[in-house]
Amino acid sequence: MSVEAKATLEEHAVVAAGTRRRKGAVRAAGFAAGFVVLVVAVNLLSHGHFLTAGNITNVLRQITVNAIMAVGQTFVIITAGIDLSVGSIVGLAGVVAALVANSLQLANPLTFAITLLAALAVGCIAGYVNAVPVVRLNLPPFITTLAMMQVARGLAYILSHGQPVPLQNSAAFDWLGTGALGDGIGGFAGLPYQVIVMAIVALAFAVILGRTAYGRYVLALGGNEEAARLAGINTRRVKTLVYVISGGCAAIGGLLLMARFASGSPQSGTGYELQCIAAVVVGGTSLMGGRGTIVGTFFGALLIGVLNNVMNLLNIESYTQQIVLGVVILLAVVLDELRKRYLARQ
Amino acid sequence: MTGIRKSFPGVRALDGVTLDVLAGEVHALVGENGAGKSTLMKILAGAQPADEGSIAIDGNVVAVDNPKAAELLGIGMIYQEFNLVPDLGVIENIVLGVEPRRGIFLDRKAAVARASQVLADLAIVLPLDRPARRLTVAQQQLTEIAKCLTRRARLIVMDEPTAALSEPEIDALFALIAKLKAQGVAFIYISHRLEELPRIADRITVLRDGRAIETHATADLTQDDIVRLMVGRPLDSHFPELPPVAADAPVTLSVRGLAGNGSVAVHGVDFDLRAGEIVGLAGLVGAGRTDIVRAIAGADVQIAGTVTLDGHALHVQSPADAIHAGIVLIPEDRKAQGLVLGMSVRENTTLAHLADFVRRGAIDRAAETAATNQQITELRVRTPSSEQTVRNLSGGNQQKVVLAKWLVGKARVLLFDEPTRGIDVGAKAEIYALMVELVRHGASIVMVSSELPEVLGMSHRVLVVRGGTIAATLARDEATPQRVIAIAAGAAA
Repeated sequence: MSVEAKATLEEHAVVAAGTRRRKGAVRAAGFAAGFVVLVVAVNLLSHGHFLTAGNITNVLRQITVNAIMAVGQTFVIITAGIDLSVGSIVGLAGVVAALVANSLQLANPLTFAITLLAALAVGCIAGYVNAVPVVRLNLPPFITTLAMMQVARGLAYILSHGQPVPLQNSAAFDWLGTGALGDGIGGFAGLPYQVIVMAIVALAFAVILGRTAYGRYVLALGGNEEAARLAGINTRRVKTLVYVISGGCAAIGGLLLMARFASGSPQSGTGYELQCIAAVVVGGTSLMGGRGTIVGTFFGALLIGVLNNVMNLLNIESYTQQIVLGVVILLAVVLDELRKRYLARQ
Repeated sequence: MTGIRKSFPGVRALDGVTLDVLAGEVHALVGENGAGKSTLMKILAGAQPADEGSIAIDGNVVAVDNPKAAELLGIGMIYQEFNLVPDLGVIENIVLGVEPRRGIFLDRKAAVARASQVLADLAIVLPLDRPARRLTVAQQQLTEIAKCLTRRARLIVMDEPTAALSEPEIDALFALIAKLKAQGVAFIYISHRLEELPRIADRITVLRDGRAIETHATADLTQDDIVRLMVGRPLDSHFPELPPVAADAPVTLSVRGLAGNGSVAVHGVDFDLRAGEIVGLAGLVGAGRTDIVRAIAGADVQIAGTVTLDGHALHVQSPADAIHAGIVLIPEDRKAQGLVLGMSVRENTTLAHLADFVRRGAIDRAAETAATNQQITELRVRTPSSEQTVRNLSGGNQQKVVLAKWLVGKARVLLFDEPTRGIDVGAKAEIYALMVELVRHGASIVMVSSELPEVLGMSHRVLVVRGGTIAATLARDEATPQRVIAIAAGAAA
């Protein structure tokens, strides 16, 4: 091809990338505009109680655990899988963390580090066990993770003798549980460390999914597993790792809850699996696999959190809240499907 | 069937086919892969609409818009891949869709009675309650036949019915067909096994390039005549000149005693491939050509044998191992196996060599785009940009993206499986030119193709595959269409 032709091609590429960026920008702008309208409306409805630093911090803290779990779940769902065990892993990791912390007689930072590793190990091992039958025997992840959901919850009850395990020395965890960065400066309550952890986890996995070879492999495997395998990708390893990531994220969630309540409860995390799947789906990740972003998932979790918060501020009773949430989840997916059809027709 | 025409994007599959079948006749339909047999039968069965033409039964023009309509008209269809529900028993499969009912409940007694009646009439014995998945191939076929007869089929289409049967089973099948013939049932019998036609067919129609070339009484045709009619055209001349393989060119790939566990079990595959050589694998559908290249590429498991590349024995257990060694597979189904359709041209192009584009842990998109644009330029991929979603490209351009994926690396041996299937003539010529370019630079190619002219026109040597192994090796000047077809169909050695 001639030099001019190549130049044209590169121009095309630039234009197309520009168009794509513009499309993305339009989409983001639309999303942001919708969000602003929602926030303003909500603020008016709540007589100004919504848009206060305290309340916003509150919303962020409330979505922390769900958002972190949803980040891991996003990886699994992109491969067209599902992880139902994450709620139970939250409970198990919390109990294990509390037991480990209580058994240590060390300096606070060391206690914290070892407890963190123990919780992560619990989550990652559970995720690995989830993955083995999926990649070796091609069993549906719905079943293997359903089994793990039962097993992990049962283990949490056995290890804790059915009772919450209170931290004997909560000093090592107070900062993470209830502390905030910049507490007291200028009269603000500061940014809770839990929210900072959420931001770090979301950012790290956003980079992994969007910028690394592993992330590309996850998307390729979700889009066409056979093509990915024939391209020389170790699809078993890629798939195994998504369940490990999901289990690990759930364990971080479990640790955060344990720190917040200074106690590891075997019941904690019950029902969280469905909430985090909802956040992922509302965030635009396809259950069919091959498509999804961490940013979308974060906004999905945020939307659900805002709705919960607003309905509380408006004193809407919890039964009605459930109905509203259900409708919103359905609406989000329906709108996404309509958008896809509209784009496909263009 | 009169004047049937059918086109797919870029391909005219049927070009005015006329076929008549008499009551109580076995009418054989033969033709090369891609001659249009399957398309014609799908139209007859109502599985696909015809673009033009009509179908008449007993002189009345009928509309066969859907499979149910075909069934009601007495047309029964037995595909090569049976349509049985694996977990249902023989009875349930036979009455599937026409279950006798009593009120809202299934009437099992009536179902058993009806199915037993049909089977008894034909003196067929089948284990009535056994799920279809546990039946032998012959039993499954009998179930399919009984299914057709329960629906009062007057014309039964059978696609390669003897492909998976043993000799005694074939004898039993032919006896059954003779019995049904006597009752006035007509058959369209599609087969690649020319040697069995004199035993079973009354008339033979040869299909070629989407046209019914000639119809004759079986007694008037020898096997040679049939082969001549099937091939019937001079080799297309749009193939590029192949650079000669140097007499002392080293052997690149050496395969010995290879056995694989693909959908067709291949065994005892031996061949050598020299630097700069293109070897074509010819053979009928289901002979195991694809399975041979898949085993070499690690896409299927190698269960025996050795593969040697440049004198080093390889231990290929996965596609990754083969790619690492320099052996790459361009699979036959680009949509299902070659591409991630929802990803961009760039993402597909770099997928197999992504590690080369990683800088400090992150993918270098600029490098990816540069490499992709280079491939787009060299392969003349018609796409608005490297960011275009592959789903939106034409078949030929999609195939070029599959090739681009492998050209980004430095492959020593390329295994092309049906490289030009379903793409237009222009893109075909470009792919042929590319293959020549590759071998000129010392790469070696194994090409599987169902298009005989392509195999003959683009290969230094032709290996004819039959029954999961290589039945014959023909040098370029020995490989006449007649010879290849005769060997592939088992009519000659």
